[in-house]
Amino acid sequence: MFDPKRIKADFPLFKNLPGLIYLDSAASSLKPQSVLDKLHEYYTNYSVNIFRGIYKLSEKATEEYEGTRVKVAQFIRAQNSKEIVFTRNSTESINLIMYAWGMPQIKKGDEIITTIMEHHANFVTWQQLCKFTGAQLKIAQLRNNYTLDTDDLLGKITPRTKLVAFTHVSNVLGTINPVTVLIKQIKAKNPHCLVLVDGAQAVPHLAVDVQELGCDFYVFSSHKMLGPTGTGVLWGKYELLDQFKPFQYGGEMIRAVYKDRTEFQPPPHKFEAGTPDIAGVIGLGAAIDYLNKLDMQAVRAHEQEIVAYGLEQLVKIIGLQIIGPTDPKIRGGVLTFTIDKIHAHDIAQILDSNNICIRSGHHCAMPLHIELGLTSTARASIHVFTTKSDIDALITALFKVVKTFA
Amino acid sequence: MDNLYRENILDHYKHPRNFGKLVYKNAEATDNLVSCGDELALELLIKNEHISEIKFYGQGCAISVSAASMLTEIVKGKKIADLQRLNKDDILKLLGISLTPTRLKCALLSLEILHKALQNYGLQSHS
Repeated sequence: MFDPKRIKADFPLFKNLPGLIYLDSAASSLKPQSVLDKLHEYYTNYSVNIFRGIYKLSEKATEEYEGTRVKVAQFIRAQNSKEIVFTRNSTESINLIMYAWGMPQIKKGDEIITTIMEHHANFVTWQQLCKFTGAQLKIAQLRNNYTLDTDDLLGKITPRTKLVAFTHVSNVLGTINPVTVLIKQIKAKNPHCLVLVDGAQAVPHLAVDVQELGCDFYVFSSHKMLGPTGTGVLWGKYELLDQFKPFQYGGEMIRAVYKDRTEFQPPPHKFEAGTPDIAGVIGLGAAIDYLNKLDMQAVRAHEQEIVAYGLEQLVKIIGLQIIGPTDPKIRGGVLTFTIDKIHAHDIAQILDSNNICIRSGHHCAMPLHIELGLTSTARASIHVFTTKSDIDALITALFKVVKTFA
Repeated sequence: MDNLYRENILDHYKHPRNFGKLVYKNAEATDNLVSCGDELALELLIKNEHISEIKFYGQGCAISVSAASMLTEIVKGKKIADLQRLNKDDILKLLGISLTPTRLKCALLSLEILHKALQNYGLQSHS
């Protein structure tokens, strides 16, 4: 039985700050004790560099690091762990594709499609690549119900489309995009264009199968899925990664170096120059173990229940508008809203004085906010440890907010 | 932090003084806090090196709007040379609260706009 109250006990931050209501997991999740223990284990028992060491400690560190690669591959149902590249975060994973594939290959006249609901990471990167290369950026719009207008997106695809980049779950609207169906339609219109899916808000909350999704690249961050900060993942089809130029040059990514040339490693190591965040990667492995134990189907079921409850409760606040789909089946764990005549920062500030952490602002999605005619929104986001009583505390505090400004 | 939303601040937020636009003006400036979505504009009518009229408009949070409202009240009639010296502490004294670094930006937005407007005025009167 999925019991968020018991799960909460696994997160030491709640022991140190009892009474804290944490509703900002879409920005960064808290970390369970098992992840902290794993970091501690690495730093106290085998905190050495990976790969070249012949001694046992280095082999142990390498085994843990590479073991996590296998865990990540299994977690997102990748065919092969060689398709898993460790980066700093989702943003760097997207930038890796931009530099290793986009810069050398995209030319004037090419087209890249993204959507208006993207996080800046999956928007600015392609906007700037287009500015640099002279390619055209096309932006798919929303429907009135805050879902992606897939007809609009498909209508923008031409034989010149080289990449379609969109998010799995919107970090503001919560919209869960119909990735599998959409990619089938994209590839039917143009089988040569590549598809990158931003999974930063999906992997922490629902079961992901990259093969079933049918994308070419999938990116996500450790720190939003109960893991340490500083580690992210790029999954890419091996035959594609194999063709790309390296992203950064240096140690670990080479096979042999001569005065006049260098032979590079095959993927994934070709893209992991320098000493990586070894502890972070190993800690991510522990986070995946933790999520696997909870079972991702159960995680999603729990979060859908909390979202449904939250949506139901939020409408009781006078002047509150829900931003995003109201159907919990297509909404991830973010409850975004505005309240008439009250600035989101003032909402967040009063909630903070009630020991409740939410986020306010544009949540790294300025084009979306401009499109919706909003200057800022308030966002409460949930995770495995979120209980209905957390939502109740949010609602009680929001009544105080409204009263303060009445 | 509840004391942030003291009566005087909420009063200025709900009923901002000198809110709107001037018919006659000879200095103006706008600025925004992109991360907050706040955007304010100040319009001034300067006569004999004194602020004769001042109005502001735009949108912002309770802190940025109430600070702007209070600022317009105290600068009216003042000599512009004296206003260059207005600083962070004066604004905090007006508001009567202490602020975290994030919210300090909200409180100081209108002061920065005022300085910008005076600078614009100085440039145009010298050219």
